Amino acid sequence: MKGIIVDDELSARLILKQVAINVPNLDIVADFENALQALKYLNKNVVDVIFLDIHMPDFTGFDFIESLKNPPKVVLTTSDRNFALEAFEYKIVVDYLLKPIELNRFEKAIEKVKTINLVEDVTRTKIKNEPKVKANETDDTLYVNIDRRLVKIDLSSICVIEAKGDYIKIITENKNYIVHSSLKKIEEKLPHEMFLKVHRSYVINIKKIIDIEDNSVLINKDVIPVSRVNRNELKRRLNLL
Amino acid sequence: MEQPNLSYIKKISKGEIEFEQTLLEIINEELSGEIDNYYKFLQENNFEKAKFYIHRIKHKMSILGLEKSYEITNVFEKSIKKGDFKNKEYFESILPIMLKFLQKL
Repeated sequence: MKGIIVDDELSARLILKQVAINVPNLDIVADFENALQALKYLNKNVVDVIFLDIHMPDFTGFDFIESLKNPPKVVLTTSDRNFALEAFEYKIVVDYLLKPIELNRFEKAIEKVKTINLVEDVTRTKIKNEPKVKANETDDTLYVNIDRRLVKIDLSSICVIEAKGDYIKIITENKNYIVHSSLKKIEEKLPHEMFLKVHRSYVINIKKIIDIEDNSVLINKDVIPVSRVNRNELKRRLNLL
Repeated sequence: MEQPNLSYIKKISKGEIEFEQTLLEIINEELSGEIDNYYKFLQENNFEKAKFYIHRIKHKMSILGLEKSYEITNVFEKSIKKGDFKNKEYFESILPIMLKFLQKL
């Protein structure tokens, strides 16, 4: 892990470097007596952590934090307890060390930096590796679990979904699928404008209706019952002459 | 009056005499300049700048194990900005003790 020190006091920088010697895998690659020098360095170099004094003339530690474009983690070092609350308003501030810095407290701060960096790396990798899905594709299709396989079904090909105990039967133009699920669950995944529950055991694709009788609809060759309570909603959704 | 000590410096040096000597020389040099600046800005009634040097001197107190003086100076540091001089006398009386301690080493 690479770190730099920004502190206007030479004695403070010297102490910090001495304390850092005792921490394995931490390399203090540079130290600066003012924030501007550090900013110049950071424009060309990447570090994992900055040990930053808050109390500096002209350009304070907080000014410095706000100037960072791609900020690494920051551990604040100060002789003041009063800044702790303000310090943690900055997301990149990992810890707040009171001077004179003690080795065990310094080690804890480094552990925090390592842990946070590790968590962020894992999250970044996870996001990077997640398959990129086209929004349209997720809107138009449904994946169902059949024999431990996820099978893609085009929503527009679904004619009827029928409840069968703990299972549902998805009837499409070409094939039927038996899936362990409920009508309620699948209904939540279907576009409202295309599908309607017409009976406690049936959800239909409105676009597939061939004709309607009082208490049933014909879809392909299947006659699907329509319960009285759903009849008005069905009529409302049709383009009636 | 509280007396400075080397316990913190010895603790972090882990026996490195060269580090101890270098650090003490730097502290001595910095402290002399900070004390001069404190009095200069105090005389000019520039309390904001005086406060800045009080803060730096306070850090030196903590390195030299002056825990009680550190707390007393903390109060002075906060009050001087408002034109109040609480603990000023104590603060000014510890400064020569610090310098004497460093120069004797």
